[in-house]
Amino acid sequence: MATSASKLQYVASKRQMRGWKTAIIFVSPAIALFTLFIILPIIEAAGYSVFNWNGLGLPSPDRFVGTDNFERLARNKVFARAFNNNMLLIAASLFVQLPIALAMAALLAERRLGTITFRMIFFLPFILADIAAGLIWRFIFDGNNGLVSHASQAMGGDAIFLLADREYAFVAVLVAVVWKYFGFHMMLYIAGMQAIDKSLYEAASIDGANAWHRFRYVTLPGIMPTIRLSVFFSLLGALQLFDLVVPLTGGNPLNKTHTMVSFLYYFGIGRMKVGFGAATGVALFIICVVVAFSYKKWVMKDD
Amino acid sequence: MTDITEQRPTGLKDPNKSLARMLVLILVACIVLVPLITTMVGALKSPGELRTNPFGFPEQWLWSNYWDMLSGSRLWSILGNSLYVGMWTVALTLAIAAPASFAFAHLKFFGEQMLFNYLILGLTFPFATAILPLFLMIRDLGLLDTHWGIILPQVAFGLAGSVLLTRNAFKQIPDEIVESALIDGAGYGRIFWSIILPLSLPILSTVAIITFVTSWNNYLLPLVVLNTAENYTWPLGLMEYQGQYGNDWPKILTYITLTIMPAVLAFLAAQKYIVAGLTAGAVKG
Repeated sequence: MATSASKLQYVASKRQMRGWKTAIIFVSPAIALFTLFIILPIIEAAGYSVFNWNGLGLPSPDRFVGTDNFERLARNKVFARAFNNNMLLIAASLFVQLPIALAMAALLAERRLGTITFRMIFFLPFILADIAAGLIWRFIFDGNNGLVSHASQAMGGDAIFLLADREYAFVAVLVAVVWKYFGFHMMLYIAGMQAIDKSLYEAASIDGANAWHRFRYVTLPGIMPTIRLSVFFSLLGALQLFDLVVPLTGGNPLNKTHTMVSFLYYFGIGRMKVGFGAATGVALFIICVVVAFSYKKWVMKDD
Repeated sequence: MTDITEQRPTGLKDPNKSLARMLVLILVACIVLVPLITTMVGALKSPGELRTNPFGFPEQWLWSNYWDMLSGSRLWSILGNSLYVGMWTVALTLAIAAPASFAFAHLKFFGEQMLFNYLILGLTFPFATAILPLFLMIRDLGLLDTHWGIILPQVAFGLAGSVLLTRNAFKQIPDEIVESALIDGAGYGRIFWSIILPLSLPILSTVAIITFVTSWNNYLLPLVVLNTAENYTWPLGLMEYQGQYGNDWPKILTYITLTIMPAVLAFLAAQKYIVAGLTAGAVKG
């Protein structure tokens, strides 16, 4: 009797609040830390972005400059180039990295000879820190010591100083990004392919579909949700790339190879221009949030 | 969760296609491995030889390049710093994210959905936007140039993803288990500690792996917070070393090889769990 009584009581309480006192204790540290170290700084960034301030003392009213920082940012040629570089990163992710990852996933989705070894090799660059990967590629592209330059000379060409090239130095960053991240996307696609119902392939084979048809009409539709998700990661990752740029080019030559975040670091934090740096951060925030929300709303609406 | 060693039936295949497949895979594998191998082998050459012979094996294997660095204290101290920061970040992330996830999964309270959405919002926010005000805040808290100035923001920034993953896993544990424990007189704290946590070790290790790798590889935050060399984490130490030795590539390649070794060895030893951990957010998300 006692059991069923307390059970009734429990069922009644379940509809209302259940363990809310515990919940307060359990949830508050997370909410507090998140608010203090993430939300508050982002709100502060919005506040600082309308001041001309070097970070010492408090931003005084006579340092209020309105939208001045944003106008300077919009006119800034280095920032425009950085934004352009972020767009190149997105293009490389979608048109180079994604097809390679998809092709490798198609070759490695089924377990056959050597499959696991190849999966491990392709995933390996992803676990390296961007800093280490960037330095490794700085060495590979080094005009005097590097592999690329020597390969060119071995074939009778000139030494190549790609990292010093004003127009094409950013290609080095694109190559390093694809090299480092395609294995991660490949693993996502493999997971998606393994979730496809095997009987679909059998049915397609009975209907006379060849390997390409099976990929095109069974595999591809089956992993579309995974592809949409992997594109989402690529977009946000490409907009926020920083770690790889610093060791590889440091924004050089002539500030041609910055990304928005490396621009923020070198021109905002590096020179302690808090207002201008904060305005850059706010611009980045708006771009990321608009991209993320519109992508989720329009592209991932069914996932 | 992606399982790198998952068993799949092997079908009969056309041998020509198998050969073509193998050739493509080997080609891509070479492109992936050549930069890593040249880095490790380049570390064994003298600067002069590296300049003239960057591809091939060294004429003289200068193992002393490695021994010199391994016997010094500089490498060990920056790896120790990274380990300290990583361990505390993992411990605090688990200690804060797990109870919160339990509350979101099994308790009912006012504003539950709203607070959860508030935390999840953090997944789309660019960390770089917060970095400047965060720097000023850490300075005002007196945490500049300390490891705690890195640990606390790292924990805060990892919470969104960790709570999302653990809450989803906790939800898989049937409510009936919580209910019968309640009827037997256990409090919520006891249920969390004695029932939910022991049943959730796989997801907790997944979160621990993601958190540790993210902390181990983090660069922007330590770059802004730390400014004395003895406090540096290894990515900062590596960049400082590169700045110091400029074009003495064998030295730099040695340093790169030795600092990426822990990650590579950990990956080879536990690749199944690491791949599962690092791709978990994507599949469960």
